[in-house]
Amino acid sequence: MTPKEAANKKVLIANGQGFWGDSILGPVRLVNEGPLDYLTLDYLAEVTMSIMQKLKTRRPEMGYATDFVKLIDRVLPQLVEKNIKVVANAGGVNPHACKDAVMEIISKHGYSGIKVAVVEGDDILEGLDDLMSKGEEFKNMDTGAPLSTVRDSVTSANVYLGAFPIAEALDQGAQIVITGRGTDPGLVIGPLIHEFGWTKEDYDKIAAGTVAGHIVECGAQCTGGNYTDWREVPDMARIGYPIIEASDDGTFVVTKHEKTGGLVTIPSVAHQLAYEMGDPANYITPDGIADFTSFSMEEEGPNRVRVSGVKGAPPTPTYKVSMSYHDGWKALGQLTVSGPDALAKAQLCAKIVWQRLALDGYEYTPEERMVEFVGANVCHDGIAIPGAQEPSEVVLRMGVKGPDRAKVDRFGPELVPLVTSGPPGVTGFAGGRPKATEIIGYWPALLRKDLVKTHVTVFTS
Amino acid sequence: MPQVPLSSIAFARSGDKGEGSNIGIIARSEQAYVFLKQTLTPDVVRSHMSSINPGGVKRYTADNMRVLNFLLADSLGGGGSASLKTDAQGKTHGLGLLRLELKVPQEIIDSISGGPGKV
Repeated sequence: MTPKEAANKKVLIANGQGFWGDSILGPVRLVNEGPLDYLTLDYLAEVTMSIMQKLKTRRPEMGYATDFVKLIDRVLPQLVEKNIKVVANAGGVNPHACKDAVMEIISKHGYSGIKVAVVEGDDILEGLDDLMSKGEEFKNMDTGAPLSTVRDSVTSANVYLGAFPIAEALDQGAQIVITGRGTDPGLVIGPLIHEFGWTKEDYDKIAAGTVAGHIVECGAQCTGGNYTDWREVPDMARIGYPIIEASDDGTFVVTKHEKTGGLVTIPSVAHQLAYEMGDPANYITPDGIADFTSFSMEEEGPNRVRVSGVKGAPPTPTYKVSMSYHDGWKALGQLTVSGPDALAKAQLCAKIVWQRLALDGYEYTPEERMVEFVGANVCHDGIAIPGAQEPSEVVLRMGVKGPDRAKVDRFGPELVPLVTSGPPGVTGFAGGRPKATEIIGYWPALLRKDLVKTHVTVFTS
Repeated sequence: MPQVPLSSIAFARSGDKGEGSNIGIIARSEQAYVFLKQTLTPDVVRSHMSSINPGGVKRYTADNMRVLNFLLADSLGGGGSASLKTDAQGKTHGLGLLRLELKVPQEIIDSISGGPGKV
């Protein structure tokens, strides 16, 4: 590639999945409705890893995002025809099982020669005791407590890997890259490193990729989804998922396919830039630090926002580790209370439940119990609502939590009896008795990078 | 000076951040941003959201995006899967803050000439 060709080269990267459970229509439409070079898919939230670990314990062939395999089954012909590459953190805690399932789909469709890569090294659960015996304390980043205080309850432990292993997989010719835990923006930065040959010292460019990745990581949240002025958003049913049109110099345009719904404007992009933001000047990833106060944005055309001037700094010597641990039990249930006097009756219902449980010897502290009257300003509790009226009906939502499973489970059976032994107009008890479910605690920590080994394996179908 | 809800001069996006939430307030014009940087202090936000957030409030600014970013330390009832709240992820906290009534100079209101959707 000549320098001029490199300067003119544009790479199109879309994100079709903001979380495990996002609509399959996002990625299906992205591969069908316009040009695309890369499709990224983000399936992993913090608690997802713990849930996957549990699934894997029960069935060794599980523990990854099964939605991903269904998606590949549905769009594989288009991916092959248009040569669209896929980068997904669908591997969860079992990336090889995910890869095996994808390979099966590929052969079912009659294709061969497609390369599928697995990025590993993020899962440190098995090596945790070894690392602790070598002096790693895994202090909780929020509380400062050492991991030893909850070690016996830990159910998953994963490092947020960076983008370079993804780039390595693409360098080796992979069309589908499956990872476990990594940073969300890394799914976008990896293809950029591969396409433009960026190095680890290209701090500003890596930071630009980080900003781009952050903008698209929640799918339609930058194209008019969850947008303050929702009445201004056209055709939300057919909302376009976001596409990054990236250049070698680190500038990029946020856009979406033509004739899709939603909007891409400076405010729509700024909404997402502000999402899950901490200190905007220090957005830390394993590949570098991005300064979200450094760049400028410009609306260069309809549904086209150009971002330029992103500044970055060298990475820290540590990886962030995301661990989950068993943190007790909770039970939640709800009933609907109609008017007249819906709120007063719902308040009485709640009082009755706590009183009856106390009669049986079960008392819950204010921290262990919760009551909400949905319809009577639960979400904006304490904030004045001009012109607010008494609700004509409310949903009584109650819950308890604590370390004692039996005590948590005792709560559920006292909710439904309100229908016949409480005030009139209580209904909506479908769903049965609330039962105790596990609380999965989140334990963020840091780990020296030299203690983590990542590796990339490429398989050919 | 007219009294208007914050929503008439700003957008918002919120979500979970550990055991608390963050609210990004995006001013609808440069003049509105300068005004809000002066008036929308952590104390104002803390007092408005005190029932939801018994914890502290910290503010960051990003002039390039006209964003005031507020971190609410304890707004999720324990956070993550430990929360019993309906809004365990703070998704609605931004709209709650946009309900704040502010005395805003007329010229700031007039500065939002492009209507909604233009910064």
